[in-house]
Amino acid sequence: MSAVTQETAVNTGRIARTFIYLVLLLFALFYLLPLYVMAVNSVKPLAEITGGNMLALPEVFTLEPWRQAWATAQIGVEPTGLRPYFLNSILMVVPAVMISTVVGALNGYVLTKWRFKYDTIIFGLMLFSCFIPFQTVLIPMAMVLGKLGLAGTVSGLVLVHVVYGIGFTTLYYRNYYASFPTELVRAAMIDGAGFFRIFWRIMLPVSGPITVVSVIWQFTNIWNDFLFGVSFGGTSQPMTVALNNLVQSSTGVKEYNVHFAGAILAALPTLFVYIVAGRYFVRGLMAGSVKG
Amino acid sequence: MNKLSITTALLCGISAAPAFAEPSVEVMHFWTSGGEAAALSAVRDKVVADGVAWADAPVAGGGGDAAKTALQARIASGNPPAAMLMLGQNVIDWANEGLLGNVDALAAAEGWDAVLPQAVKDFTKIDGHYVSVPTNVHRTDMIWASKAAFDKIGAAYPTTWDELNALAPKFLEAGIIPLAHGGQAWQEAYMFEAVALGVGGADFYRKALVDLDDATLRGPEMVAVFTELAALRGMIDKNAPGRDWNLASAMVINGEAAMQIMGDWAKGEFTNAGKVSGTDYACIPVPKANGQAGFVYLVNSLSLFTQTDPDLIKGQEVLASAIMDPAVQVAFNKAKGAIPARMDADMSGLDACAQATAADLAAADAAGTAVPTFAGTHAANATIGGAATDAITGFFNSDMTADAGATSLADAIMAAK
Amino acid sequence: MPTPVRSVAPPDLRTLLQNWIPKLVLAPSLAVTLLFVYGFIVFSIVLSFTGSKMLPRFSFVGWENYRKLWALEHWHIAINNIFVFSVHYITICTAVGLVLAIFLDQKIRGEGLLRPIYLYPMALSFIVTGTAWKWFLDPGIGLEKTMHLWGWTSFSFTWIKDSELAIYCIVLAAVWQTSGFVMAMFLAGLRGIDNEILKAAQIDGATTWQLYRRIVIPMLRPAFLSAFVILSHLAIKSYDLVIALTGGGPGRSTELPATFMYSYTFTRNQMGVGAASAVTMLMTIAAIMIPYLYSELKEKK
Repeated sequence: MSAVTQETAVNTGRIARTFIYLVLLLFALFYLLPLYVMAVNSVKPLAEITGGNMLALPEVFTLEPWRQAWATAQIGVEPTGLRPYFLNSILMVVPAVMISTVVGALNGYVLTKWRFKYDTIIFGLMLFSCFIPFQTVLIPMAMVLGKLGLAGTVSGLVLVHVVYGIGFTTLYYRNYYASFPTELVRAAMIDGAGFFRIFWRIMLPVSGPITVVSVIWQFTNIWNDFLFGVSFGGTSQPMTVALNNLVQSSTGVKEYNVHFAGAILAALPTLFVYIVAGRYFVRGLMAGSVKG
Repeated sequence: MNKLSITTALLCGISAAPAFAEPSVEVMHFWTSGGEAAALSAVRDKVVADGVAWADAPVAGGGGDAAKTALQARIASGNPPAAMLMLGQNVIDWANEGLLGNVDALAAAEGWDAVLPQAVKDFTKIDGHYVSVPTNVHRTDMIWASKAAFDKIGAAYPTTWDELNALAPKFLEAGIIPLAHGGQAWQEAYMFEAVALGVGGADFYRKALVDLDDATLRGPEMVAVFTELAALRGMIDKNAPGRDWNLASAMVINGEAAMQIMGDWAKGEFTNAGKVSGTDYACIPVPKANGQAGFVYLVNSLSLFTQTDPDLIKGQEVLASAIMDPAVQVAFNKAKGAIPARMDADMSGLDACAQATAADLAAADAAGTAVPTFAGTHAANATIGGAATDAITGFFNSDMTADAGATSLADAIMAAK
Repeated sequence: MPTPVRSVAPPDLRTLLQNWIPKLVLAPSLAVTLLFVYGFIVFSIVLSFTGSKMLPRFSFVGWENYRKLWALEHWHIAINNIFVFSVHYITICTAVGLVLAIFLDQKIRGEGLLRPIYLYPMALSFIVTGTAWKWFLDPGIGLEKTMHLWGWTSFSFTWIKDSELAIYCIVLAAVWQTSGFVMAMFLAGLRGIDNEILKAAQIDGATTWQLYRRIVIPMLRPAFLSAFVILSHLAIKSYDLVIALTGGGPGRSTELPATFMYSYTFTRNQMGVGAASAVTMLMTIAAIMIPYLYSELKEKK
């Protein structure tokens, strides 16, 4: 992939290259700083934090805050730590990401290869839905979920995340499929292949890169969501709500080291996804989503 | 379509909440940190011991703001929790919406009327019905003073505003910040009400902040209140904006600052830091004009939302009875740092600070100088409180004159009324 | 799935089915969008003309809520802030993203290491990083104090404490979160440019600067547009960020429409005014986005 850009590198001299490396490294420091602050303070005893320098390495190294955040920290009246909430988040994220991605792929396929009258308007309507601030939909959404009998359930949360995610997934797949030669689809149609067969045999095999983008985007957004989780989660609250309960305390003592440990724990799945799938991510963006 | 509905149906099957075959009570609250959760555990233990399952629904953040959002969503979906931690006029507002049930029979049987002060009843017994069950009373007009700082300049704790104002330059000279302040809007609102009662007195406080009388809000006493606020504004360090209240407490604990004006929940910070009242720090009421008594109170209670399932109603009754149990009240408030809502609870188990607060409340309640918290939405509702907080924090974070401050507060309150 | 071998099935029925399947597949998405987005927008509009306080109540009060809204200084601050914030956030993110992408595209050693470092902030919510940022920006415990401890005692960084400058701290944290993502979009765009064009330009004697300014950057137009959509959507929804960093302070100086709307609807029991602010905001978004979406989608036809 990088071979493509060889020519642009030729003209940059030694001084320019040093400058480039310097800038890139400075930005790397900038991006890493908050993570460093969190990590380094999560292994200090509380007294060392309130008394000392936030950038300093720990004088006394302790993993106790991590253990507490995971297993014994007070979330409500129960000292459960974040552990039980992980499962809640996973039960919510996995189906929501899968459904919204599949729906987005099918929508993108229809909108590019099976065009009909007014399809652009429909796409426009779905795209605009990406811009609705979630605070405005809370109350009416609660009313609808109540009517459906889904209030306070994981399925309710899955539904909400799918509804507000398909705008994005449809956008990704539509732009990706738009650059895929329609002639191939036409040829398959003439050969007698049906709608789903073409999707299965022709579109899906080339959808890898954009699927990575869509899954990463959805996974991150849904995992990090707080507002819907806290409003519709009921007794199966996701990780972010538990983390919020750990970090926010209205009138009480703040244990920053445990907060930081908990924050990193809560972020591990998304960090993992980004680091593992990161390389495919740029490839996926490159393969289509940026083609307007 | 099919995929969506099938998956949803499957998930419904998996995640449908297990129906409690026994009496149970779901408690929504925002008490998630150490002392708060320990306090609530005292109630939980009693409820569980009495054979009722406890379903915990904690939502922390913003002093209950996040929990209120969740509550509104729950109510809109037609599925309110059995009990919700609340304070102030929100209890009255929800009662007026017709959403709260009551435990009148239990209250009559246990004789609550006789043991609760009027101040507490005002926010739990609405239109003659006990719709909410009080756990504790907080005092919001407190000063937390560092003994080391006062020893260093050889001064006594202030009992008047003049004394307090005169201390500031001495502390500055000694390299001590006179006032540790957390510059968040809600903290400034609590500071405002402490000064309003301290400078203006109980009658002024009620006329201005309970009755919302326009003339009083613009009157000379209010200007005097803002003049004192302006003096306090000059005693804080430049890093105050945005600071959490407990970091401000830490400044008093380590002697970096001399005083903090904050409700009695700050005590937990001192206790946790191993400090002892009297030897390391002092908890003193905010100065009062003319040596009057005075007390700003905040009542926490668990409000009971109407339920139809007899098991859930049973759960609510057991919860209410547990909260009002004298032993539970004491255990709860030892952990919470507040004082019991029951006047007849055995206060001897509490620390010196809490005992003094309890005695002050009894005296102020009798003398009619106990006033409801404004910042905690007892004196006025959340609409008024929010608008007033905008004006107060606007004043505190600018160099507005006292006159302008009083005017902007009056304007904000009148517009929100 | 249709069977592979199909000889003389009634053609009209099959054609009919084939014509309907795509629409049927799209229908559920359209239905939920109409209900959960446009239905709710209509609901908000209706609500904004009612005297609702804690729960929706349909007692109509005319334009009262809008009058109240525009009389509030608080709202004017929020409106002003969203413009300041969006303009700076979108410009800086785009600039940083573009520069990093171009630099990273110069056959950089360790690109595989740098890329995830630039990207990872997007994976974290501000519920997670908010405390760290708040610390870092606080002069008493963060960057300023650290610089002082390291001996640079004249160093001053107190924006977060300043009513005028605190909003730029919000911009800084927001840029931190998304500029890496924008970088990835530009990088993808750069990697997609046909090499032959660049070769030809170099043979013609174009300098590196000219190459980028005249050829490469104009060819990134689709990436700019995608970045704009993503960034403006994030700017509009910015909420956690403000709550985590400043709580809207000092005073009310960093309130945004999203925090305003939330506080009036849920904290201050003025759901009607909250709805009025939501509708105002949605109309503004629509006024900006609809012409843009229209021109974008029209080109495709």
